[in-house]
Amino acid sequence: MTETSPIDLSTLVRLLRLQVRSGADRLDRPVRGGYVGDLLSDVMGNSREGDLWITRQVHPNIVAVASLKDLAAIVLVNGSEPAPETLNKAAAEGIPVLLAEESAFAVAGKVYALIAGAVPTAT
Amino acid sequence: MADEPLIYENQFNVQGGNFSDAGKVASHIKAILKGFGIPSEAVRKTALVAYESEINIVSYARKGVIHLRLAPDQIVIETIDEGSGIADIELAMQEGYSTATDKIREMGFGAGMGLANIRNFSDIFHISSEPGKGTSLKMIIKWRP
Repeated sequence: MTETSPIDLSTLVRLLRLQVRSGADRLDRPVRGGYVGDLLSDVMGNSREGDLWITRQVHPNIVAVASLKDLAAIVLVNGSEPAPETLNKAAAEGIPVLLAEESAFAVAGKVYALIAGAVPTAT
Repeated sequence: MADEPLIYENQFNVQGGNFSDAGKVASHIKAILKGFGIPSEAVRKTALVAYESEINIVSYARKGVIHLRLAPDQIVIETIDEGSGIADIELAMQEGYSTATDKIREMGFGAGMGLANIRNFSDIFHISSEPGKGTSLKMIIKWRP
């Protein structure tokens, strides 16, 4: 991926029309990249600090993964509401939880275009 | 190792089957290491191996203990659990192999990547197991460049 200046969460929330379920006071965090995955060990092993994590998992364990890996935020896709306990943990750990009506594919595509500036084309 | 001076040492109990608290010990260990000013890359590696070890105890053992030792040049995480153990360690180390139940998989665990992650993020990794008794892991992360 092209390295460019990071975009912040509040900009992504506005441009992608995300709903903020937790961490409204932490939307100034920079987003350096992203990772898509529903297998927790995959995300633990392959995500990087400052990544936006796009997933359909809504149970409380996603908060520990985001916190341990210093991820910027969790985006739940397909309009999946987080479990109440997930929001309690997210509030305690200071992890923003965002909600997208769109699919992981659509969210990832838009975030990629915004962070990398443009989708690379073959030459 | 026995004579190595220690900066800090602690141990944490993990209850098997308690998924709602899974990750709590790893978070605690991460906070402790940050408090000592350990470089963030080493803290994240340690948090990852502690987390995967903790998930393994929660998923496959009745109970277990995670030891943390902080030395002047390295972090040592050792786990000892009482549980089903691992019959074939070589097979268990293979990425994608898992004996997880459907219940565990539904939560996004049991992808068969935990031990592979632990090996990849540790500088030194030892595993031993006795089927029917339990499994012990030892992970060393060097934190001085």
